[in-house]
Formats: sequence, structure tokens, C-alpha cells
Amino acid sequence: MSEPRAAILVVEDEPEIRRFLRAALGAEGYRVVEAETGARGAIEAGSHKPDLAIVDLGLPDIDGVEVIRRIRAWSPMPIVVLSARAREQAKVEALDAGADDYVTKPFGVGELLARVRVALRHAARTAGSGATRLRFGEVEADLERRRVTRAGSEVHLTPIEFRLLACLAQHLGLVVTHRQLLKEVWGPSHVEHTHYLRIYMKQLREKLEADPLRPRHLLTEIGVGYRLLGEEP
Amino acid sequence: MSEARPDPDALLARVQREEEKARRGKLKIFFGATAGVGKTYAMLEEARRRKAAGEDVVVGYVEPHGRAETEALVAGLEQLPYLQVAYRGAILRDFDLDAALARKPALLVVDELAHSNPVEGEPAPRHAKRWQDVEELLAAGIDVCTTVNVQHIESLNDIVAGITGVRMQETVPDRVFENAHEVALVDTPPDELLARLHAGKVYIPEQARRAIDSFFRKGNLIALRELALRTTADRVDAAMQEYKEGHAIRTTWAAGERILVAVGPYEDAERLVRAGKRIATALRAPWIVVYVETPRLLRLPEEERNRRIALLRLAESLGAEAVTLGGSSAGEEIANYAATRNVTRIVIGRPRRALWRRLLRPSTYGELLERTEGIDLHVISGGEAAAALRNPFLARSQAYLGTALPSGKLRWPGYAWALAATAACTLLGMAMSPAVELVNIAMVYLLAVVLLAARYGRGPAVATSLLGVAAFDFFFVPPALTFAVSDVQYVITFAIMLTVGLVISGLTASVRLQARVAGHRERRTALLYAMSRELAATRGLDAMARVAVRHVSEVFDGQVVVLLPEAGGRVRHPHGESIAGSLHGADLGIAQWVQDHGLPAGLGTDTLPGAEAIYLPLKGSHAVLGVLGVLPVNARRVLLPEQFHLLETFAGQVALALERAQLGERAQRASIDAETEGLRNALLASISHDLRTPLAVIAGASSSLAERGEQLPAPERAALARSIYEQSRQMGDLVAKVLEMTRLEAGGIALERDWHALGEITGSVLRRLAERLAEHPVRVEMPAELPLARVDATLIEQVYANLLENAAKYTPPGTCITLRAAAEAGEFLVSVEDEGPGLPPGDPEQLFAKFQRGAAEGAIGGVGLGLAICRAIVRLHGGRIWAERLPRGGTAFRFTLPLEEAPVVPAEPA
Repeated sequence: MSEPRAAILVVEDEPEIRRFLRAALGAEGYRVVEAETGARGAIEAGSHKPDLAIVDLGLPDIDGVEVIRRIRAWSPMPIVVLSARAREQAKVEALDAGADDYVTKPFGVGELLARVRVALRHAARTAGSGATRLRFGEVEADLERRRVTRAGSEVHLTPIEFRLLACLAQHLGLVVTHRQLLKEVWGPSHVEHTHYLRIYMKQLREKLEADPLRPRHLLTEIGVGYRLLGEEP
Repeated sequence: MSEARPDPDALLARVQREEEKARRGKLKIFFGATAGVGKTYAMLEEARRRKAAGEDVVVGYVEPHGRAETEALVAGLEQLPYLQVAYRGAILRDFDLDAALARKPALLVVDELAHSNPVEGEPAPRHAKRWQDVEELLAAGIDVCTTVNVQHIESLNDIVAGITGVRMQETVPDRVFENAHEVALVDTPPDELLARLHAGKVYIPEQARRAIDSFFRKGNLIALRELALRTTADRVDAAMQEYKEGHAIRTTWAAGERILVAVGPYEDAERLVRAGKRIATALRAPWIVVYVETPRLLRLPEEERNRRIALLRLAESLGAEAVTLGGSSAGEEIANYAATRNVTRIVIGRPRRALWRRLLRPSTYGELLERTEGIDLHVISGGEAAAALRNPFLARSQAYLGTALPSGKLRWPGYAWALAATAACTLLGMAMSPAVELVNIAMVYLLAVVLLAARYGRGPAVATSLLGVAAFDFFFVPPALTFAVSDVQYVITFAIMLTVGLVISGLTASVRLQARVAGHRERRTALLYAMSRELAATRGLDAMARVAVRHVSEVFDGQVVVLLPEAGGRVRHPHGESIAGSLHGADLGIAQWVQDHGLPAGLGTDTLPGAEAIYLPLKGSHAVLGVLGVLPVNARRVLLPEQFHLLETFAGQVALALERAQLGERAQRASIDAETEGLRNALLASISHDLRTPLAVIAGASSSLAERGEQLPAPERAALARSIYEQSRQMGDLVAKVLEMTRLEAGGIALERDWHALGEITGSVLRRLAERLAEHPVRVEMPAELPLARVDATLIEQVYANLLENAAKYTPPGTCITLRAAAEAGEFLVSVEDEGPGLPPGDPEQLFAKFQRGAAEGAIGGVGLGLAICRAIVRLHGGRIWAERLPRGGTAFRFTLPLEEAPVVPAEPA
């Protein structure tokens, strides 16, 4: 409670949704700045310099993705998008444009708050030295020393498997799109080769998950990408 | 008692004609006996008058001939620019039809209605004749003033030729003249005309200068003047007649006159047709030109028979119905046909054969006299002019078709066989000679005649009978090896033998020809039937067009194309791959004209005859459905009236089939609309139930919280809020499903296929549904080496989710759900099995219908869209989905997905 309250910008045209977001975020102790339109949102982001922005993708004036691009042009602030269901393509576009995570409408407040917390934590980590160690399930990983153990015994990962894990760990708790993963692990010329991901993800799960068919940490976001759930020690 | 009331049919016809005329422009013809009577002058004066009266008058084309008077009259009027046509190295100036249509004045002045356009020039004019240009102007609603000389009227053409000895190549169909709104006679007495001629005031074209002296004789001028006056008088008479009918003034002429003109392939047949036209016009009666193809006529050289094409085309151009009959006797066929068509008068030529031949066999004329009672016979005499002119029409049409007609084929093999057969009979006769009587040897020769006639026709058979008689005489009749005959009775034998041989050869050949003609007809009918049957079995306009192309190109031996119009009415080339016999270089310009006007054009027609291909409209009952283009290998054959009509019949069949397909499509659309409407209603009914319950809960719980919140204990408040959340999530799911189904139904879903591991999709679904599956243990059985599948993962996840939700919804808590996936026999097989109560009785397939629930409405929510969505998605992927009752109880829902070879992932250096 002693730390300064984080400010959150909500770019959303529906007043009813703004109302309950204001209530829920306020109850969590965040300071809320509201914008009704995309253009207004991009300006408020500049003038208020919030710690995080929540952007609805279906705005009346400009596309939510455009708002993200305008913010990303000058700020690394975490951005969480709100998107309608069955529009995976729009989500991927927003994520590739620089958004950190997404919540699908209709959503429960708990889900949104969890995403907001993870995104804020991620921002704090990248701003500082950045954690290189993480833990999930029985797995412990030290990325700096390239050491991964499961239930105490060392697990051998191939270089690609390791890079894949490292990339997901960098965005711990956040979704990473196929494109981002392929670009960072295999290089920019392989961004279309999603089948690489399927194969290596399966291998990684077989090595690190208790039940590879029902993973609890290396999660698939169908049509969007992957997410690693874990914690920093 | 008989009221003088106008005949309603005649009145209706008149009203329709008048309506037609009101829409069309009005044609005024300035009509004169010869050149130089002052038609152009009178026409231009009228143009000036009407211009002065404020009408929009434009001069389309006037031949000024360098005459000052004419030029002075043209001077004050707006003139269209000339069309420059390059023709045989020279530039001709001609009338520009398109410019006139674009300018669209109220009145257009165009000289010389009978003018022929330079069809072979560049750019090629649209029509061969100026009167066709004028027809198009009239159709476009433009009034036209023009000039015509009496010698240019088609049916008067040969009369004028008879008077003056000069035949005009440029003619105007009678109907154009008859349908003119107004005809103004421009009359100049012959003396005055001659005076003007000598004063150099009459324009004579260069090529006619030689004929000037013989043409502009006073006698000629008087005769032509009379002809012009009489023609005008006939027209006035016809107008009077029409007026009388319109005003119920009793008419005296016999009703229902119908003229039949019987023609043969003779040189004067053309005169006969024109005479028939004049009689028909005078009687205002419909007329038929009949040509009977008898075996005798079939034997004529091809050149002679080809006259028929020219003849029947002439008849049609004069407004007759042209008919070809087949039969052994022309007289009999004509008489029968005349009886069935209620013909009142038959026009026939004077018998041409010498008297002695007529005695042997009755002439057509004689036969008709005998067989037609109550029908007037008009016998038209042959004229000297006809013979002198040597069929210019035929010569013209040959030039027109661009082919010289080939002479008859040589039939040497037949005659060689005649010789061989005679020799063989002689040898056979010698072998039998002593034992067999001479009469029987004569029979052997007759047998050869029969066989030859059957195989090679009349010529070789006649040769065989002649050779046979000679050989019989030479080799067998004593004294042998001389032509001398000792016993006179053998002369009788020879005579009988020869007569029998000739008669047999004639009969056999006739039979053969008739069989050939019949076979030909039968083949045609069969071909037409084959196409109709295949068209009936074909779906889709483009597929039908391909069927039509194949059949028509086979039958007519050429390249064929069916051009269908797009939504805007522009014709387009067919979609899809072309087939053998497709015509690629179709002229879309001509095709468009045909589509717009519903008239044939191109080769052998009146419009753009210079084109290489024939374009026929495919006319349905309401509209032109497309254009059939045919580029024949042998143009002459297709242009035979019979063949042309057969082609038109084919076009008619194609049009019929296309129309049926279009109607079918429309009906199907209507039924889909109806089905959609029904679905919409069912959906509304279903949704309203499924939405009402959660809405009631949400409204109740939230109002309790809002109004009584403070009075409620904290756990109660939390429970209410939770139930609002639960119910709204259910509603969210429901709305999502309805939207999904709508999208799938509308076909608006493009699969976004990518390589996916089915195990990954399963894992994701199980996590998403963890809460709802909490009461059921889920087992996943999937081989570790399952290949990747190329699917739209979002949609397949939806299938999994719906199946799992169903399993959870319809089975008791605690029962196990098993998820399986395997790759076998070229496809993936995915199953969701439960241990529930099993399927309801009835066809499991029913479950996949929309708004179908496993249990009766009530306790369990959901609109019954889940399985319908699953089926739509699986089908989109090219798979199948079905439900099975499991032997140990419970249900399995299974679906397949196609198994494709996944791309290789490069191995990683360890």
C-alpha cells in the first residue's frame, strides 16, 4: 500500500463497460484515466503517461491497433487489449503491433485484473535488471546458466528448445504470438513456419510437463500463440 | 342481325402495329419512277420546311452529285460527317450509322434507301444494305426521310428488268416499302425528264452511263412512271383497306386467302417467286414457297440443286414461308400440303417438257389439275427476259457465299463395276450355257442391274442394262459372237430386258435415295434428341453451354461458342476450360448486337454478312438468353435453308434448356429463402426460451442486490452476484453459438488452415472447459506420434468443445468421458465417448439437424445448435461426423479429418 498507485488508461467507447472497469480497477487501488475514442486515447496516453493501457479493439473512430501503434511509437508501457470473441486475427494483429496481452469479451473482472497484474510485473522486470530464473511445477530454470532441472534432475534441452523456453519466459504469464516466437527463435525468415512450433512445443512439453496432453504451464492459445505460466522465485 | 362490328382480332393486330409504329421512328419515302425525277430535291425541301417548323433535322447522307440546286438546299441544314471507308485502295464516303444513332435527331435525311454498303471495306459497315441502317434508326425512334426508285423494289425488280433490259443489283425488300409511314410520289412527266436529262440536270453514275441511251427512252420512262403510279395507288388502296377494317366498313374480299408457289430448280423459278409475291401482295394474303425434293431432282447436278438455296432465301426475303418437301411425286406432295395448309391459290410455272414426255408421265401441272379441287391454279408463263438474264440472283448469291459451286463428282468406279458385272454375268452364262435356257441367262443380267442400282445408283445401273443386252445378244443369241439376230422374237426379249432393267434401276435408285433422305432426317432428329437429353441431365449454365458447344460443333462441323450475358447484359466468353470445337475468336461486338436485338447476324444473314461466323440469338420466352456463334468449316452447307433451320432448331433447344436452368436456379433460390425463413423462425422461438430464463435470473438477482443489498447478509449477496455472472456467461455462449451458426450458414467462413497438433487443441479445450467438466473424469488416448493436421484450429476446438459439453450435459456426474484420436486409412479419426444413457431412439443423424436436442425441452439448456455447428465445421474441412451407440452402453461421437503429408521440420544438430 505504500508504493505509489499505478495509473491505468482505459480506452473504451461503451460507457457501461467503462463504469464497471472503473469500479473494479478502482477497488484494486489503481488510478483510472478514461478515453471514449481512439484518437482521444492516444492523446491521453501522452499527457497522463499511465503505467498501463487497456484498449478496446472495436473503437468507433480509429482501429484499436492504430492506437497501440501510436502509443508504441514512443512508449513501452504495457498494453492489454479487449477483443470480441472469434476474432483471433484481430488479436494477433494487436499483439504483433505491440500489445502485451488480451482479454476476450465477455470476461470476468478477475481475469482482467490477473492480466493487468502480470503485464505490470513484466514491465517492472524489463525496466529493471530482469529476472533470469523461474519456476513452474517441478521445473526450475536458470536462463543465464542455461540450466533446467525437473524434480531436481537436469533436463537436456536442445538449443532451439532452450531458446523457445527462454522466449516464453521473457514474457512470463503473457501470451506470445506464433510470429514473435518464430522470429525470435528461428529468425525473421521463418515467421510462416508454424509447424516448427508445433513440433518443438510438443517436445518441450514432453520434457517439462507432467501430462503433456493436458499441460498446466506451457499453454496453447488457439489461433494466437503460447503462454508460459510460472513464477519467479 | 349481323352487327357491323369490327373484327376484334384485326383491330388488335392494327392496334399492336400502331403501338409498334408509335415507338419506332416514322419512315417517309420519296418515291419516283427513275433517277432524275427530283426525289432528293423534294426530300430536302421537306427537311427545310420541318426545320423551319422547329424540328431537330439532320442530314445523314445526301449524294450531292455536284448539283447546285441540291447543294443550296443542304447548305442550311446540319450535316453528319461522312464515314470514310477504305475499299479496294480507294476511300469511299458513306453514311455513318453510329454517328447518327449517337446524334439522335428527331428527323434524319438519308438518300438512296437501296444503296449497298461497302461490306468488304475497312472499317466494315454493320449492315450490308442501307435499308438495314434505316431500320435500326427507326428502331431507335428516329424519323427518317429517304428516296427510292421503282426499280429498287424487290418484287418489281424483274418487271423493270423486263421493261428496260437493265437489272438492278440494289433492291429494297417490299416490306420496308409497305411498312413506311408515308410514301410521297415525286412525279415528273417523261418529256420534262428527258429535257432535264439533256440539260445535264440528272445525275447518272459513271458505270451506268453506257446504259443511259437504252434506259432513258421515252417508252421506258412511260412504263416506269405507270409502274410507280400504280405501286403508289396500291399502297393508298391498302391504307384505305386498313381504314375500312378499322371503321367496320364491310369488306368484300374473300377471307383467308393463302398462296402457295410451287418452284423447282429451274431458271425461271425466280420469276415465279416474284409473281407469287405480287399476287400475295395484291390479295394481302400470306404465301408459301414450296420446293419438292423428288428423287429425280436429287439426281440433278449439285449446281442446279444449289439454286434452291438462292431461291428459298429470295422467297424468305420477300416475306414468304419457305418449305422443302420430300416425296416421289411433286404434284402429289404439293397437293397434299396445299390441302393441309388451306391454300386457296397455287402459283406454278408453265410445263417445260415436250408434249410427248408429258404424255408418258403427267407433269406436275397436270397432276395438280387432277388433285386439287377448289384451289385456283395460276400458271405463270416463262419470259424471254428470264432466259436472257441467266439467273443473276444465283450468280450473286454464289459470289455472296464466296464459293464456286463444285461440279458433280465423277462416278467412274460405278461404271467400271457395271462393266465388271456384265463380264461376270457373261462368264457365268457361258458356264451354264448348254444346260440352261437363254431366258434364264437374261435373268442373270437383270440380277446384275438390280445389284448395281442398289449399290451405285441409276447411271451405272442403266449402263449395266445396256451392256447386258449387248453382251446377251453378242455372246448367247444365235448366231453367237455377232450382233446379228437370227430369230426376230429375241428383239422382244431385248426390249423387255432393257425396259425391265431401266425400270428396276430407276426404282431401286429411288428407294436408295429415299432411304438416304429418310436416314438423314432420322439422324438429325436423333442428334437433336441426344443434345436435348444431355442438356436435361446437365446442371449449371456454363456446363450446359459446354454440352451445347460439343453437340453443335459435331453436327454442323465447325467451331462453336455459347456466349452468355452477365448481369449487366454484356455478353462474355464462357468460363472454365474450353473443349474441342470451341470457337475462340468470336466477335463480341457482333454477339452483343445479336444479344441486344434478338436477331441473327454475321455470315449468311442480313447484318454484317462479311463476318466469318454465324451468330444466332438464344431466345427464351421472355428474353435473349445468350448468343450461339458458329464458325462452319463449310459455310455453304450450313447456309442451306434446311441446315440453317436445323441450326436454328438447335439454338432453340439450347435456349429452352438454358431458360429451364435459369428458372430452376430461381426456384432453388426461392426455396432456400423459404428454408432460411423457416430456420429463422425456429431460431427465434428457441432463443427466446433460452434467453428468457437467464434474463429473468439476472434481472431478479441484480434488482435484489440494487434495492435490498444492504439488508442481505454478505454470503447471500455473493451468491446472487455469482448467479448473475453464471447466467450471463451462459447467455454469452448461446449468442456466440448462434453467431457461429449464422456465419457457417452464410458460407462467410474462409478456413484459416494451418498445421496443428490435435493434442494441443485437445489440451487447450480441456483447460478451457475445466470448470464444466469438473464432475466428469476425462481420459485422453492419443498416440505420441500423431502427425500434424492441417485444420482451422479455432473451428476444430469449437467441435471438441461442443462434443465435450454435450457429453457433460447429457451424462450423469461421475461417468467418464474418453477422448481419442488416431490416424488411419488416410484420415484422422477423432472420438468423444461417454458412458451416459445412450442416444435417444430414432435416427442418430437427426441429432445433427438444427435446433435438435437430445432430451425434451426443459431441464437442460442450449438451443440444439451444437451438433449442427460441429457438422458444418467438419464438412468444411472435408470430413464426416456421426454418432454411434456403443455396445457397452453410452454414445460415441466421431469425426474424421483429412490426413495430409506435413512439411518436414529440419532436424536440429543436437
